[in-house]
Amino acid sequence: MPAPIRLRELIRTIRTARTQAEEREMIQKECAAIRSSFREEDNTYRCRNVAKLLYMHMLGYPAHFGQLECLKLIASQKFTDKRIGYLGAMLLLDERQDVHLLMTNCIKNDLNHSTQYVQGLALCTLGCMGSSEMCRDLAGEVEKLLKTSNSYLRKKAALCAVHVIRKVPELMEMFLPATKNLLSEKNHGVLHTSVVLLTEMCERSPDMLLHFRKVWILVPQLVRILKNLIMSGYSPEHDVSGISDPFLQVRILRLLRILGRSDDDSSEAMNDILAQVATNTETSKNVGNAILYETVLTIMDIKSESGLRVLAINILGRFLLNNDKNIRYVALTSLLKTVQTDHNAVQRHRSTIVDCLKDLDVSIKRRAMELSFALVNGNNIRGMMKELLYFLDSCDPEFKADCASGVFLAAEKYAPSKRWHIDTIMRVLTTAGSYVRDDSVPNLIQLITNSVEMHAYTVQRLYKALLDDISQQPLVQVSSWCIGEYGDLLVSGQCEEEEPIQVTEDEVLDVLEGLLVSNLSTPVTRGYSLTAIMKLSTRFSSVCLKISSRIKKVVSIYGSICLKMYSQACLTRANDLLDLLGGNDVVPVIQTTLPTKPASAGGELLDLLGDLSLSGGPAPAPSVPVSQPPFLLDGLSSQPLFNDISAAIPPMTAYSKNGLKIEFTFERANPNPNIAVITIHATNTTEDDMTEFVFQAAVPKTFQLQLLSPSSNIVPALNHGSVTQVIRVLNPQKQQLRMRVKLTYTHKGSPVQDLAEVNNFPPQSWQ
Amino acid sequence: MIKAILIFNNHGKPRLSKFYEHYSEDTEQQIIRETFHLVSKRDENVCNFLEGGMLIGGSENKLIYRHYATLYFVFCVDSSESELGILDLIQVFVETLDKCFENVCELDLIFHVDKVHNILAEMVMGGMVLETNMNEIITQVDAQNKMEKSETFIFQSPRQDR
Repeated sequence: MPAPIRLRELIRTIRTARTQAEEREMIQKECAAIRSSFREEDNTYRCRNVAKLLYMHMLGYPAHFGQLECLKLIASQKFTDKRIGYLGAMLLLDERQDVHLLMTNCIKNDLNHSTQYVQGLALCTLGCMGSSEMCRDLAGEVEKLLKTSNSYLRKKAALCAVHVIRKVPELMEMFLPATKNLLSEKNHGVLHTSVVLLTEMCERSPDMLLHFRKVWILVPQLVRILKNLIMSGYSPEHDVSGISDPFLQVRILRLLRILGRSDDDSSEAMNDILAQVATNTETSKNVGNAILYETVLTIMDIKSESGLRVLAINILGRFLLNNDKNIRYVALTSLLKTVQTDHNAVQRHRSTIVDCLKDLDVSIKRRAMELSFALVNGNNIRGMMKELLYFLDSCDPEFKADCASGVFLAAEKYAPSKRWHIDTIMRVLTTAGSYVRDDSVPNLIQLITNSVEMHAYTVQRLYKALLDDISQQPLVQVSSWCIGEYGDLLVSGQCEEEEPIQVTEDEVLDVLEGLLVSNLSTPVTRGYSLTAIMKLSTRFSSVCLKISSRIKKVVSIYGSICLKMYSQACLTRANDLLDLLGGNDVVPVIQTTLPTKPASAGGELLDLLGDLSLSGGPAPAPSVPVSQPPFLLDGLSSQPLFNDISAAIPPMTAYSKNGLKIEFTFERANPNPNIAVITIHATNTTEDDMTEFVFQAAVPKTFQLQLLSPSSNIVPALNHGSVTQVIRVLNPQKQQLRMRVKLTYTHKGSPVQDLAEVNNFPPQSWQ
Repeated sequence: MIKAILIFNNHGKPRLSKFYEHYSEDTEQQIIRETFHLVSKRDENVCNFLEGGMLIGGSENKLIYRHYATLYFVFCVDSSESELGILDLIQVFVETLDKCFENVCELDLIFHVDKVHNILAEMVMGGMVLETNMNEIITQVDAQNKMEKSETFIFQSPRQDR
């Protein structure tokens, strides 16, 4: 059999392939050759074959048949073989394969090899992928190597020890004595890895941390090393762009951070050096900035004095002005973390931060936006809002939803006047209306309701906005609702804040009808506008029969169309109407009407409106004696029409097992019909309390779920009480509601956990 | 901790992939593709940090990358590493490669991927930074290469065999 081809040959051949298929063919051919070569147990060329296999593995082809061969290479005496063998082991093997355990003996031998590079290979492999068993077996060897005078091995042993500690935390104690002397080393590689080892120990074990602080008194030692680095002047071996070993400086600063956190003495001991590093570091190159950045993070995290903290934030402020976008990015990230604790210091850099909103980089813009919202307060609200609204106009779509929500929140907290608040909302709705979150609509409606003196102004502005643009659904929905509620104010021209416009009832109805017809309107929007039209029949009460009959006509035509499209939502509103009218005879008739018979349901709707001369409407259902006044909504308060109606939906038992019973009761949210409000009642029939009771729920992707806080965590025994909790489910696509629930509680001392599917929701809860 | 080091070219072809956490082979390839997809979309004048893709740990992990000529060098790290420090590390890595291969270009990495692994093994071990001094690294790599050369005449030194 001819000698297997060299790795370079293989690479050259593969590169000539013009298609994926050709490449695959070449690879398969070579794999077959390699496989037969392995079968022949050829020692000379095994190394070459495994190298090729690793290359093919990198390209994404399977290479598992080479795993055992890697082991054979590791066991070989030749360094070349061992090198490729260990590399192969690291790339192809992992803990989950049994094969890797066979390595343990080889590694053990190699850790004691006479050649340091072989020992190095063994340490490297163990440190990369050693399993817990391997680490346990070989920890002793690693510890021995930690004490050797050979710095090449010492530094590798230190990192290997980190891996061992990660896998088997109990072994940490064992490395303690050897670690003690590591910091007195001169070799920077060893220093560096020792600091990493110490850091790992501190992070894993609070006891160890205390030990290092108080018994070893590590801080002064580290401070001394750092000082030497800064003061030592030019040292060619460790110089990177004019700074002496910046990597080591950064590592030490990070360890100092951990040691100084929540400890006054340690923090004080490092105050001076931190100030020194912060003021003396050369910032023209990235390495200097990396050190400064780490210093700032350390200062902010330990118990530093306020002067030092201000210095740190000013450094971050300078970073914001740096041309290098990476520096600006890290500055914004850090400022975001500190804005809560050092609010005033960060406020001083507000204008720079706001400038970053105009940056080209998406990550920087996002951080600048978050930071800007965090900095808004009562004093700067007007100025900040101007900048943020300008940002909202011009930013990418991915930001608009978050920005809009942020603006609403900030406006709610700090609005200087009601008018300003309404104007801000208007601005958001008109510029970013389609990106506003669905739940903003009910919140806005609530806000508008509460600003009683602004009703006329609001409805006028919203009406004008509608005339311009009906494509943005949240805007249209809020506007329709407003017109429905305050249409009388609009028509009577009562606005004080600005020039009142002249508009007639016919024009208003034109606009609302336009919404019903338009293709741009979603079913929800159509619902809003239809409801608004129905409400206007009272508001426009002064008017003649012409208007009222127009309204009836609209409702008759569009009522049935709407019903076809989203039957239940409209029916619910119709139900509301009827409920408010009283007359229990009427209600059952509507309720039993199924969505499959929209025509007759439409007829019932028409019935409401009294005697009508229907033009082209469907035949009315058997008439129900309803004596109603000529105008539907007479004598009603101007409350929003769709209050909580809990009558329609029956409760259900969602879960009943092992004495724990969970019942769901339903309500419709106000005023969004897409939100179902479910209250869970958990009761316990056993003789012992169920404590630490936690109820969790998950819904399919088309829904959104919000869980409010439970009444308590204890479900008392023998039904002596219950735990209640409210769930709100948003169901915009009106899909069948399904839910998965997870229950955890402690019963008779032992923890219980259960998962269950809830599929028996009554149709009225989601239609 | 460094989770992975990836080098791929402007078309997404992997030139080196080293993972310091275990993933299945399919996942590894997917990670390489996803990372390429994220990194190649980036403009030249934006910052060198990205949130990690969904596969490699999501928002806790960051991708820190540098673009040199036809190659992307990507380090996927968690929050314990300093972003600016890793940028410097990538620079040291590339400078070391440059010294070892004498004006390194993509072809060098293609034909000597095992050598690149050896150099990387002297810099990063188990996901942690081992040595950052370029001269130290080169000395050690050279010594080991010499050992290989001396063992047998079949395998020639990388400098001669291009």
